[in-house]
Amino acid sequence: MDKTTEELLGIVSDWSGKFNGAYNIRSNGQCAGRQSSENILIENKEGAPGLVIKIKPGTKGETVYIPACVTKGGIDDLVYNDFYVGEGADVIIVAGCGVHTDDGHDVRHNGIHRFILDKGSKVLYKEKHIGTGAGGGAKRIDPVTEIIQGEDSYLEMDTIQIGGVDRTFRKTSGTLGKGAKLVIKERILTDKEQRAETDFAVELNGEGSAADIVSRSVARGNSYQEYHSKISGNAKCKGHSECDAILADNGKVNAAPELFAGDLDAELIHEAAIGKIAGEQIIKLRTLGLTEEEAEKKIIDGFLRG
Amino acid sequence: MLEIKDLCWSLETGEEILKDVSLKVPDGKLTVVTGPNGGGKTSLAKLIAGLEKPQKGSICLDGEDITGWDITERAQSGIAYAFQQPVRFKGLNVRDLLELAAKRKLNEGEICELLGRVGLCANEYIDRVVDASLSGGEAKRIEIATVLAKTDSKVIVFDEPEAGIDLWSFSSLIEAFEKLKSDGNRSLLIISHQERILEISDYIAVIAAGRVSKFGTREEILGGLMNEEKAVRCPLGKDKEGNPNG
Ligand SMILES: Nc1ncnc2c1ncn2[C@@H]1O[C@H](COP(=O)(O)OP(=O)(O)OP(=O)(O)O)[C@@H](O)[C@H]1O
Ligand SMILES: [Mg+2]
Repeated sequence: MDKTTEELLGIVSDWSGKFNGAYNIRSNGQCAGRQSSENILIENKEGAPGLVIKIKPGTKGETVYIPACVTKGGIDDLVYNDFYVGEGADVIIVAGCGVHTDDGHDVRHNGIHRFILDKGSKVLYKEKHIGTGAGGGAKRIDPVTEIIQGEDSYLEMDTIQIGGVDRTFRKTSGTLGKGAKLVIKERILTDKEQRAETDFAVELNGEGSAADIVSRSVARGNSYQEYHSKISGNAKCKGHSECDAILADNGKVNAAPELFAGDLDAELIHEAAIGKIAGEQIIKLRTLGLTEEEAEKKIIDGFLRG
Repeated sequence: MLEIKDLCWSLETGEEILKDVSLKVPDGKLTVVTGPNGGGKTSLAKLIAGLEKPQKGSICLDGEDITGWDITERAQSGIAYAFQQPVRFKGLNVRDLLELAAKRKLNEGEICELLGRVGLCANEYIDRVVDASLSGGEAKRIEIATVLAKTDSKVIVFDEPEAGIDLWSFSSLIEAFEKLKSDGNRSLLIISHQERILEISDYIAVIAAGRVSKFGTREEILGGLMNEEKAVRCPLGKDKEGNPNG
């Protein structure tokens, strides 16, 4: 692995020279290290680049890491990773992606992740994205996440784009069975001429299913963000989506939430708020001795972390 | 010592909110500003902290004219202000705010001590986000703790610290004020309608209809009121139009 890959791995996953347990590291389209564990089996996917990750029923307390880095311009990396989470398993999945180019050529990672959760299983899925490197090459990350949740399963997706990504199109879809619960926390920071588009589509098909999507974003510089969400309540279910965006400089945000209620007992809520940082927040921090710039930074860092 | 001279402040509409307000807030003493709702107390606090700028008059801190200084400069030179209405933040937690105020990392013991002074249990609150999910009384106590964490202050203004605070926490708060006072090296100005706070004051100023209608030692002001056979609970002074209360 080159030094840039190691640095990116440190930022996007918990990499500190090694991983404990099951992992697969993808670097510039190649496998740079893999290990299965007794309960988590990682294999190559047939007929397409990527992995099949099988988590045995009842597996508890394990973490599987599957970070991917692209560190050279001119690479357009496409990968399909399928996760099969067995009944009653309770695991953490750490993905994470770093793209780097400083040779003037574009770089892209396009990760298509499918999660199939069996009855009663529980997953915390963490995903962190960053772009680094100077030069004119565009840094792109286009993740596709497809989630299929069986009865009473739970998935929490914690996804954050910390900066440096010029273009991103993020597509997330979920289909929930009886009693399943999906929680998504998304954080996106864009600056300069960057563009981010995020699209959620969740089908609440099972009785008692629930989805909670919270997207927080900060658009500064000349950046532009688009948010779409569609929650369809096709049974007695609860759906909540929230898009909360802070604008700075010339940042622009377009939020288009959509709710579809196909059942009398579907309870769906959407909240959206777009605006600059509340003036009173800056004033309060200034009364503690911070300058206006310091106050803004603290507020934005907290907002994206929280 | 904080010295306010002939301060006038009007809204953009021209409405005069504060009219020739003069007040000396000596070090090591507790000065309470009281008076009817809408009298101009919070406006005065905002002028002291630099949130608003007066059209006329001056504010001096230890002899230096700070009237032209902005909020940050005033805070850095030792002015602290606990808001009447605490500000909510999406994403900053109690620890963040206390550390920003203290300008350094705080250990658990220090945070515990600060929150204890306002009657909060640290374990429950240390990681709580200071957002709309906090109750009014919780937010108010965190606001006060934040100001207590700012240890470089020479002047502290508390705007109705008692508002929404339960009896038990209120006792801790009174102790905290007495301790601040006994440190002896800062000016304390508390805006309050509360008898128990008036009782621990050294000086009382009554602000009504934008003017200082009464100023004196606690004995003078409270004694005067007794003579007027007005209970302390009954508002002191005049309402916004300048008519006597009651
Ligand atoms: N920005 C503003 N715009 C309009 N009116 C204002 C503004 N600021 C203050 N006022 C008015 O000035 C008057 C004094 O307000 P202030 O908040 O100083 O009163 P107060 O003495 O603190 O009252 P209370 O005891 O209710 O807190 C009020 O009539 C208020 O409505
Ligand atoms: Mg007030």
